[in-house]
Amino acid sequence: MDWWFFFEVVVGGLLSGVMYSLVALGFVLIFKASGVFNFAQGAMVLFAALTFVRLLEMNIPMLAALGLTMIVMVILAIAIERIVLRPLVNQDLIILFMATIGLNYFIEGMAQLVWDSDVHVLNLGIDEYAGFEIGNAFINKFDVWAALIAGVLVLILSLFFRYTVIGRALRAVADDHQAALSVGIPLRTIWIYVWSTAGLVALVAGVVWGSKLGVQFAISTVALKAIPVLIIGGFTSVPGAILGGLIVGCGEKLAEVYVGPFVGGAIENWFPYMLAMVVLMIRPQGIFGEKIIERV
Amino acid sequence: MSIKDKNTAAQSDILMNIKDISLSFGGLKALLNVNLHIKKGEILAIIGPNGAGKSSMLNVISGIYVPQKGTVEWKGKLRKKIAPHNIARMGIARTFQNIALFRGMTALENILTGRNILMKRNLFHEMFYIGKGRRQEEEHRKKVEEIIDYLEIQSIRKTPVARLPYGLQKRVELGRALALEPELLLLDEPMAGMNVEEKEDMCRFILDVNDQFGTTIVLIEHDMGVVMDISDRVAVLDYGIKIADGTPDKVRSEQKVIDAYLGVG
Ligand SMILES: Nc1ncnc2c1ncn2[C@@H]1O[C@H](COP(=O)(O)OP(=O)(O)OP(=O)(O)O)[C@@H](O)[C@H]1O
Ligand SMILES: [Mg+2]
Repeated sequence: MDWWFFFEVVVGGLLSGVMYSLVALGFVLIFKASGVFNFAQGAMVLFAALTFVRLLEMNIPMLAALGLTMIVMVILAIAIERIVLRPLVNQDLIILFMATIGLNYFIEGMAQLVWDSDVHVLNLGIDEYAGFEIGNAFINKFDVWAALIAGVLVLILSLFFRYTVIGRALRAVADDHQAALSVGIPLRTIWIYVWSTAGLVALVAGVVWGSKLGVQFAISTVALKAIPVLIIGGFTSVPGAILGGLIVGCGEKLAEVYVGPFVGGAIENWFPYMLAMVVLMIRPQGIFGEKIIERV
Repeated sequence: MSIKDKNTAAQSDILMNIKDISLSFGGLKALLNVNLHIKKGEILAIIGPNGAGKSSMLNVISGIYVPQKGTVEWKGKLRKKIAPHNIARMGIARTFQNIALFRGMTALENILTGRNILMKRNLFHEMFYIGKGRRQEEEHRKKVEEIIDYLEIQSIRKTPVARLPYGLQKRVELGRALALEPELLLLDEPMAGMNVEEKEDMCRFILDVNDQFGTTIVLIEHDMGVVMDISDRVAVLDYGIKIADGTPDKVRSEQKVIDAYLGVG
């Protein structure tokens, strides 16, 4: 066995896994705080990426475009709270889930109506194919950058959740609505923060994925990749989303390279789901998820 | 501390006056034409059999439930409907019959979160623990540590609350309510499910809070011994109707109360 090659596959897998984690993170934030599986997360990724790339095309400098896109995502969060969440307050979670399906199509449609449905090249100034070598292993530079960006985002989010007043309020709401209200935390404001944070994560995911694949409709389907990640890591855990992404990324690459040739390849497409099924059978709540206890 | 002195001193001031309220859920009448006032600085116990409407009464006091009939006066003024998250700002804190802690947090974080509305928001400074953010955090932590010392839970400060035994969880929940520095503290069965020793501790904390900070306390409790020991006044509910109201000694000897507890009528 060529250990350098093995190392290269593992590192490549871990790095691409980080990009899955990034998408999964957006789901976890909203699920944790409200118990809602936000079907529209993929559409938010697309919308953020499109907004960003179109602003760049208008010759707006990159940082300004990032800032403006973030403002748009916050406005979107406020609109979602007003128009979708508020009228549905106290409804069953399944109804909220259905609402996010509608929201998904609405945002997808809006993204393409306001901007357009062409493929846009997003160039962050990093060569996608450049790389460097560690020993005999070739490491892709872009993947390293993507992992760094994801790492910084996760670091900022965890500082925010752990040490700020609002961060604590978000965690409080995620744990117990009644108790959060009793200490004076307003739920509506918190929803806006949660969806804005999910918007920020969508923006980062959109920029990273968009510069890899080009900004196009297909980006919204990367959300599908997040589902096995969530099942493996657990729907309620931020570390779970990260680890789940790494497991899926690394697992699918290893399977593709070492098992693929024996079964005719294309394992990458279904391997994550198979992995997720195995986890479902052994540990239904995912590796880091909380055991679901029915409250009566 | 002499209970007698405190009683006479408290006579003058009425914190809340609840007049002739009725509350129903669908066809079920949870409270019927109830009058109740809360005096500043007293410990008022609400007792009664299961399903009598005690928790409902507490929710009317806190403003979570709005009765279909009747009025609530807070410090002499008619109280309008309030948003649930604004109750804390009025100086009313509470604990729940079924413990409602922030399960993903440590004991310390739970209590700190109780002070959320007293804190200012300054994302950047807070996140990197500098400037204003740092000063604020340190100042509030000092208060929280005082509460922790007070409730004698130093050793479990950093423990995630989900791992604590029931009695300690109840204590942390009391700590979180105290962190608000409330004027009125509502405790829904603070001693349910505790052993004798834990109950004694809890009684001591309740009496101390009342004595040291002058906090008005309304509590629901099933243990008669405890109720008679610590309360200045007792109100008895039965099937949504207030059947007695007075000093523990007076209430204890009333025939209606004895009947309600023996299940007569
Ligand atoms: N939110 C609600 N919806 C419907 N019915 C309710 C609600 N809250 C209370 N009830 C009903 O009102 C009645 C009084 O309930 P409440 O919880 O106030 O009783 P309680 O005196 O606190 O009883 P316990 O000692 O068991 O806690 C009960 O019959 C209860 O089923
Ligand atoms: Mg009750």
